[in-house]
Amino acid sequence: MPRRSRRRFLTLSATTVGGLLVYTLDRKPLRVHAQKSQLKIPLRFFTEDEALAIAAAVARIFPSDESGPGANEAGVVIYIDRQLASAYGRDQYRYTQPPFEPGVPEQGWQGKETPREVYHAGLKILGRFHLLTATEQDARLTEIEHTPFFSLLRIHTIEGMFCDPMHGGNRDLIGWQLLGFPGPRMSYFDDVDQHYGSAFRPKPSSLTQILGHPVRPSEDAEP
Amino acid sequence: MKELPAVDVAIIGAGWTGLTMAKELATRTGLKILVLERGGMRKTRDYLDNMDELDYAVRLRMMQPIRDETVTFRHTLRDRALPVRQYGSFLPGTGVGGSGEHWSGISYRYYPHDFRRLSHIVEKYGRDRLPADCMARDWPLTYDELEPYYERAERLMGISGKAGNLKGRRIDGGNVFEGPRQSEYPTPPMKMPHLAALFREAAHALGYHPFPLPAATTSVPYTNPDGVARAGCSFCGYCERFGCMVGAKAQPTNTLMPVLARRANFELRTGAWVRRIVSDGRQAKGVRYTGARGEEYLQPAGLVFLASWSLNNTRLLLLSRIGEPYDPETGRGTIGSNLTHQVSLPAATVFFDKPLNSFMGAGSAGIAIGDFDALDHSQLDFVTGGALYTVCYGTRPIANFGTLPPSVHGKNWGSAWKQAALHYYDRAGLIRFYGEHLAYRANCMDLDPVYKDRWGDPLLRLTLDWHDNERRLVDHITPRAAEIARAMGAGETAPFPGLKRYDATRYQGTHIQGGTIVGANENQSVVNRYLQHWRVANLFVLGASAFPQNPSGNPTLTAVALTYRTADAVVEKFLKHPDQLA
Repeated sequence: MPRRSRRRFLTLSATTVGGLLVYTLDRKPLRVHAQKSQLKIPLRFFTEDEALAIAAAVARIFPSDESGPGANEAGVVIYIDRQLASAYGRDQYRYTQPPFEPGVPEQGWQGKETPREVYHAGLKILGRFHLLTATEQDARLTEIEHTPFFSLLRIHTIEGMFCDPMHGGNRDLIGWQLLGFPGPRMSYFDDVDQHYGSAFRPKPSSLTQILGHPVRPSEDAEP
Repeated sequence: MKELPAVDVAIIGAGWTGLTMAKELATRTGLKILVLERGGMRKTRDYLDNMDELDYAVRLRMMQPIRDETVTFRHTLRDRALPVRQYGSFLPGTGVGGSGEHWSGISYRYYPHDFRRLSHIVEKYGRDRLPADCMARDWPLTYDELEPYYERAERLMGISGKAGNLKGRRIDGGNVFEGPRQSEYPTPPMKMPHLAALFREAAHALGYHPFPLPAATTSVPYTNPDGVARAGCSFCGYCERFGCMVGAKAQPTNTLMPVLARRANFELRTGAWVRRIVSDGRQAKGVRYTGARGEEYLQPAGLVFLASWSLNNTRLLLLSRIGEPYDPETGRGTIGSNLTHQVSLPAATVFFDKPLNSFMGAGSAGIAIGDFDALDHSQLDFVTGGALYTVCYGTRPIANFGTLPPSVHGKNWGSAWKQAALHYYDRAGLIRFYGEHLAYRANCMDLDPVYKDRWGDPLLRLTLDWHDNERRLVDHITPRAAEIARAMGAGETAPFPGLKRYDATRYQGTHIQGGTIVGANENQSVVNRYLQHWRVANLFVLGASAFPQNPSGNPTLTAVALTYRTADAVVEKFLKHPDQLA
């Protein structure tokens, strides 16, 4: 379990997240009921202001709208917070030996910055993003949409929408329900050559639900 | 450094080739066999927990940790190589089973002409049709010599499929262009998901010859000749980048380890990172390796098999200073030449009006056509071929969300993007292409002068770019894929934009080959026709590093078949007269 120097929480209005299942730091599921007016989610990496700015930004990338719920309802900011707090945030999934030199695009990303550093630089540009109007927010994101920070934020939004909920995103399987993706499942033997041309949409389940035991995600294991 | 008690045989790498050799030697001889694997232990029951796209398909939990070691890459000999800092065009596995755990399982035999690549082109079209700087070679063995070993490899894995050429008799529904087989596949073809069924019907209607992909995911429960029983595939959709939770996908852990685990003369040592083969230039003495806690060992051995995956094989010979490194300027030397990467790409992204239910599938559940492997190139501006195919491996949302047709413009974020991406999520499929990659003078490997691995050893440096022959091949194929897409009833099609420069960020598959090639003489190759080192007679180099050029099909079955052939030569000849076999 990652150490935290002090306890930080993201406080959200329960009406924005509905009656949802979230996971606390010790990985116990917590059902949040609509009658609770406020929801406090422990943070591992962001300050509360940073979390609010990121939550507002990912909600413009994957908005809640007439086509269904979005990044806020899925808890994308919680997903990102846990990833940045983990080995991934410290760039342990990349070859990081120097020298860092600019290359051609086909040689891939050669930047020196860790994901944490990319976010800290991006947060400086975002500022108190959550206090802007939606129009102002979109304008600011449009200004930065070609930066490494934005492309990382966009990728993380998709990951947080559609990952297994053990990673903190896709709360209550909202992302999978939007897609009609059933999640992990033991067998489609009887269905794989059926349903041609029509939607087959089994009810989604998380990995923990189908296995009946918890699974430890990478971000909770320190290499 | 601690010197350990000697063993008869040291095998470097616990993947398909290393453990196949271990199984043959452990069951047919009384030799004491040690397999050294730098990753960890794995078992089928571990794989229940891995149906998680993020940790396995995105963070790549089964691959060699790239922070410890990668390769550097440049396009030409004049460019500066930079490290591949994140995995892109290939995904080498680590741990027991190696890449054979996370593979898709597409299990081709190579065509007879693949073994006569140079002669085939020259005889049909003349020497002046060879592309400039091309290093096409004939293998020093034929398809017919390898055929019985292909059969053993297929039975080991329980490959599912349908023969297209049984003892010279052409059978519709199989690959009618394949070389003659002596027997039918061990298990029948897999069930076909919707996209594959659409492809099969369209290809047939256009006059092509569709056949089911030969699959190492067995279609039915299967017991192999070693008595190892496996379940049939459940089409769960967690195949490539994952290990199989039911053991239906043939993997070294579920086919070879059950036999080896019972043998008293077999030892598997994990966490052992081999850094040098120790040799006096004529004879291998053993290996030097670093253990999981950084401690150094010398492991003496009478016979050494290098089976650590193609790029690692090449690098370890270079680091061990065994043989002469290839020099692309003079053409002298052999280690590191003939670097190739199967030309693998999405020939067309196809959008349908109706959903595909594409979350159901398996890594090799699909349909291919071999018609473009059998082209007449008389009137064409290239001399190679490849196959169009569709495989329903089971799409997952992080990787596939946001695939949009050309008619959808605008930002790749926000409400309009979200709505379009939700609509097309289960309505997009791929027609894929894999094709031959010839070897060229300047596509090669050596040790990087700047960048190091976690122990301070130089990284392998790849110099690699496409040539006009491969670009023209792709330009010829892409419009054919679009025609098939229309016949499949596609609303829209996004064709592949064309091969430009080699792109280390675009996933192509882990079939990057060459570097320790097999050949008829010592001046042009590293190993002889038994994969035995030309100079160091008690060193054999197994795997696709031996392939002189990249045939269109996937390499694993051929790598295992060659290993069986080498095992026969070792048991029947080398152990009696430990000298050069050829």
